[in-house]
Amino acid sequence: MLTTTLIAGLVLGGTYALVAMGLTIQYGIARTMNLAYGETIIAAAFAAYLVHNSLGISPILGLVLIAPAGFVFGWLVYALLLKPLVRRSKGGAALEIDSILATFGLLFVIQGVMQVGFGGNYISYSYMNFGVDILGASVAANRLLALVMALASGGGLYLLLTYTRWGTALRAVAVAPASAPLVGIDADRAARFGFALGGALAACGGVVISMYQTFTASSGVIFTMKALIVVIMGGVGNLAGALSAGLILGLVETFVATYVSPGLTLAAVYLIFLAILLWRPSGLFGKARR
Amino acid sequence: MKTALGFAVAAIVFAVLALAPFYLDAYGIGLMIGMTGYVTLASAWGLFSGRTGYVSLATVAFFGMGAYTVAVLNETLPYPVILLVAGAIGLLVAAVVGFSTLRLAGVYFVIFTFGLAELIRQLVTWFETTVTGTLGRYIFLPIGPEHIYWQLLVLCAATLLITWWVGRSRLGLALRVISDDEVVASHIGIDIARTKLALFAVSAVIITLVGAIQAPRWTYVEPAIVFNPTVSFLTLIMALLGGASRLWGPALGAIPLFLLFEWLSANFPNHYSILLGLLFIVIVFLLPRGVAGFAEDLMRRRPGGTPAPAKPAPTPLRSEGGEARP
Repeated sequence: MLTTTLIAGLVLGGTYALVAMGLTIQYGIARTMNLAYGETIIAAAFAAYLVHNSLGISPILGLVLIAPAGFVFGWLVYALLLKPLVRRSKGGAALEIDSILATFGLLFVIQGVMQVGFGGNYISYSYMNFGVDILGASVAANRLLALVMALASGGGLYLLLTYTRWGTALRAVAVAPASAPLVGIDADRAARFGFALGGALAACGGVVISMYQTFTASSGVIFTMKALIVVIMGGVGNLAGALSAGLILGLVETFVATYVSPGLTLAAVYLIFLAILLWRPSGLFGKARR
Repeated sequence: MKTALGFAVAAIVFAVLALAPFYLDAYGIGLMIGMTGYVTLASAWGLFSGRTGYVSLATVAFFGMGAYTVAVLNETLPYPVILLVAGAIGLLVAAVVGFSTLRLAGVYFVIFTFGLAELIRQLVTWFETTVTGTLGRYIFLPIGPEHIYWQLLVLCAATLLITWWVGRSRLGLALRVISDDEVVASHIGIDIARTKLALFAVSAVIITLVGAIQAPRWTYVEPAIVFNPTVSFLTLIMALLGGASRLWGPALGAIPLFLLFEWLSANFPNHYSILLGLLFIVIVFLLPRGVAGFAEDLMRRRPGGTPAPAKPAPTPLRSEGGEARP
C-alpha cells in the first residue's frame, strides 16, 4: 500500500515537475504569464491519443512529432500574440494584465477547438497497461514509463540549461533581463526561445499524462493552476525548485487522496501553497528579492 | 451642479428600470435580471480590480458562496437574515484571502484567485458528500422574478454609489497615490495592504450578495452549477471592455456583452468558447483602455482636430497600454 502510494505520488509529482519546468522557463525568461499553458498540455495529450489510436504508433515515438510541434506552437504564441503586447507596454505594468487577458483568450480558443473536435467526454487509451513488480507492490508499467520520461526530459533540460552556453544565456535573461543585453545576449530571441522550449515541455507533459490518466477538453485549467503553484513554490525561473516542488506536490496529493479523502487534494495543495507564500514569498529556492 | 444633475439622471434611469417588470414578459424579466446581475458583478469587480490593478479571478467563488448559503439556509432562517449571513461569509473569506495574498505582488493574487472557486467547490462537495450526505439542495422561497430584479437593481445602485463615493473619499485618494507610486504612498503614511484589503472586502461582499439574491432563480442548486467558472471570466471581460477603473465603465461593457453572449449561446452553443476567446484577444489588442477610455480619446481628439497631449489615466489598470497609442 505504502509503496504503491509512494510510486503513484512520484509519478504524479514527476509529471507536475516536468510540466512546471516548462512554465517556469516561459515565465522566468519571457516574463509573461501564460494561462493557456494547460491547454497546450491537453492538446498534446489529444495528439498522443490520436497518434496511438488511429495510426497505431506508440506515444513514445509520437513524442518525436509532438514535442517539436509544441516547440513551434510556443514560438508562434510568443511571436504573434505576446510580442506585440510586450512592444506596446514598453516595460510598463500593463504587460502583466495584457498577457493574462491575451492568454486567457487563447485558453478559450484552444479549449473550444478541442471541445468541437473531441466532445466533452473523458478520454483515455490503453498503452502498456500491465503490472510490474517493484518492492512487492504492483505498479502499472505505463506509470513507471511516465515517471522515467518525466525525469529524463526534466533532467536532460536541467543539464542543458546548466552546462551549455545558450542555456547559460537563457538563465542570464531570467536572472537579470535588463543586464543580459549588456553582455551581448539578445533578450528578445531568448524570450521567444524560452517560450518555445516551454511549449515543447508542455507537449512532453501532455504525452506523459495521456499514458496513465483520463482527460477531457476542459482539464487544462487544473494543470495550469497546479503548474503555476509549483512555479511559485519553487521560485520563478528556478528549475531545481520546480523539480522539487513538483515532486512534493505530487506526493502530498497522492497521500492525501489515499489516506485522507480524494475530495481534499486541492485543499491540501492550497494549504501548502499558502504556507509557502507566507513563510517564503519568493519560493522554496528563491532568493529574497522583494 | 454637475454632480446633482448626474444624480438626477441616474435616479430617473433607475426609476424607469424599476418599472420594467410591469411591461415585460417572463423572458424579458429573466433577461433584465441577468443583465442587472452582470452590471453589478462587473461594477463590483471594477471597484477593486480596476482601482488596484490586482486581477481577481475569484468572482464566482464569492458568487457561488452567496448562492449556496441561500440553498443551505433557505428552510431554517428568514430571508433577510440569510442575506446577512451570506454577506458575512463573503466578508470572512475575502479577509482571509486578502490577508494572505494582498501584501504580495499581484501575480500571487491572480494565481490564488485562479483556483479559489475550484477549491471552494471541492470543499463544499466534500463536505456535502461526507458530512451531510446530500449533494444538491432545493430552494423553495416565495420570491418572484420581479422581486429578484428589484433587489438586484437596488444592489446595483448601491454598488455604483459606493464606487462614486470611493472615488472622492480618503480611500479613493489613497488608492490614487498607491496606483501612481507605492513607495511614495507608504512614505506619506498610507497603509497600502489595509487599503487594498478594505476595497477587496467591499467588492467581495457585493459579489456574494449578487449570488445570494439570484439563488431563488434556480430551484435546484449543486456546487457544479453555482461555481461555474464562466461567471468569473465574463465579469472580467465585461469590466475590461467597458473600462474597469471608471464609474460607468463596467456597466457600459456588461450590457452589450451580456446581450451578445445570450445571442451566442443561443445560436452557436458549440463554438461559444472559441468566440469568447477571440473576443478577449480582440479587446486586448484593439481596446486596451476599454470603451470608456476609447470614447475619451475620441472626445479629446475632436475639437480643433489637434490631439491634446495624452493625460495619464488616473488608475493603473489598462492605462499604460493606452499611452502607447498614437
